[in-house]
Amino acid sequence: MAKLPDEELMFQGTTACPGCGAAHAMRYTLKALGKDTIMNLPACCWAVIPGVWPSRNLDIPLLYNAFEATGAASSGVRAGLDVNGIGREVTVVGFAGDGGTADIGIQALSGCLERGTDTIQIMYDNEAYMNTGIQRSGATPYGAWTTTTPVGSRQAWKKNPKKNMMEIVNAHGIPYAATVSIGHPESMIDKLRKAKEIPGPKFIHIYAPCPTGWRSDPSITVELCRLAVDSCVFPLYEIENGVYNVYKKPKKKIPVREYMKLQGRFRHLPENEVDRIQVNVDREWELLLKKEAFTKEQVV
Amino acid sequence: MSKKEVFRIVIDPKDHRDVPLTWITDCPSYLMTKTGSWRTLRPIVDNEKCIKCGICWKFCPDVSIHVEEEGAVVDYEFCKGCGICAHECPVDAIIMEREDDHV
Repeated sequence: MAKLPDEELMFQGTTACPGCGAAHAMRYTLKALGKDTIMNLPACCWAVIPGVWPSRNLDIPLLYNAFEATGAASSGVRAGLDVNGIGREVTVVGFAGDGGTADIGIQALSGCLERGTDTIQIMYDNEAYMNTGIQRSGATPYGAWTTTTPVGSRQAWKKNPKKNMMEIVNAHGIPYAATVSIGHPESMIDKLRKAKEIPGPKFIHIYAPCPTGWRSDPSITVELCRLAVDSCVFPLYEIENGVYNVYKKPKKKIPVREYMKLQGRFRHLPENEVDRIQVNVDREWELLLKKEAFTKEQVV
Repeated sequence: MSKKEVFRIVIDPKDHRDVPLTWITDCPSYLMTKTGSWRTLRPIVDNEKCIKCGICWKFCPDVSIHVEEEGAVVDYEFCKGCGICAHECPVDAIIMEREDDHV
């Protein structure tokens, strides 16, 4: 077993829900990046989890910013450090949820990536606005129940596909982007450390299940991550200067049904819809493998 | 520790003018927020079965289980009882029991 760093920068006594995937995400991120990190948090679950005043939960400096401003705020922090002669030994991180990255914060994120600011932009993806009560976001997958896509006689489940953030950020031509999952903490820490070493803007997409919003059992949070990777719903890959590398290929691909049946948010879906999702997932996976083969060929 | 006590230790106001509008405190959350009271299921470790692999420590979202010489030890002051440790344990050394059986 590969060993995780012993250092804990996240204290006990978080106000996260039992079995929270975002708590895992923060714990592993801080284990990877270490104490010399400045974190920018917009309104998201992690704006609430660090503790109720007067206590604090993270042993690093935090900057709370407005919902849409994570990219701009991290650019500003980086510029301030540069002016004061503090170099790359301090890592500036923007740690936003899927709403703060894919919907509300996408403009500031895009600006930050385009300016080439030396920061790591992290999106911890729990696939809805969980902090305010499970409203749909751009990262909610097709077919999911949320409180704003209720299942009933007049409207049923989300009809739009999940936004592909990796392709959006890759279109900026940034040096490094990767998807990681809390079900594979060793490779997650590897990728975050790799991102820390590379100068320029980096993007990390963390898959972090939310038992409250996904209507799943808290004890299967980590299991769900592994099922998402094994069913290719959330493939683990990195894009380094435009070259794709799928670093975790499932030994045996499992049907999407296995992953979806454990979550109450997909309970209403009829069989033909699940088959349709399966076709889409297979298509995306084949496309990803083709991109990998094509871009690797171009390098050699 | 109550909020009042923390307030006194951290800020120690002599009168109302000493109290700032906002204050970044150095009070870690483990002094105040005892999340163990949230628990409805309690993890019980069977140290006979435990192989001290550390997987429970690795996957605990509350940093509330660690491995010592005799086996895994749960910090019941903070454990929220999510049951990830019991689910991930490769030898099923952790079982979840109802909290009200232990009060």
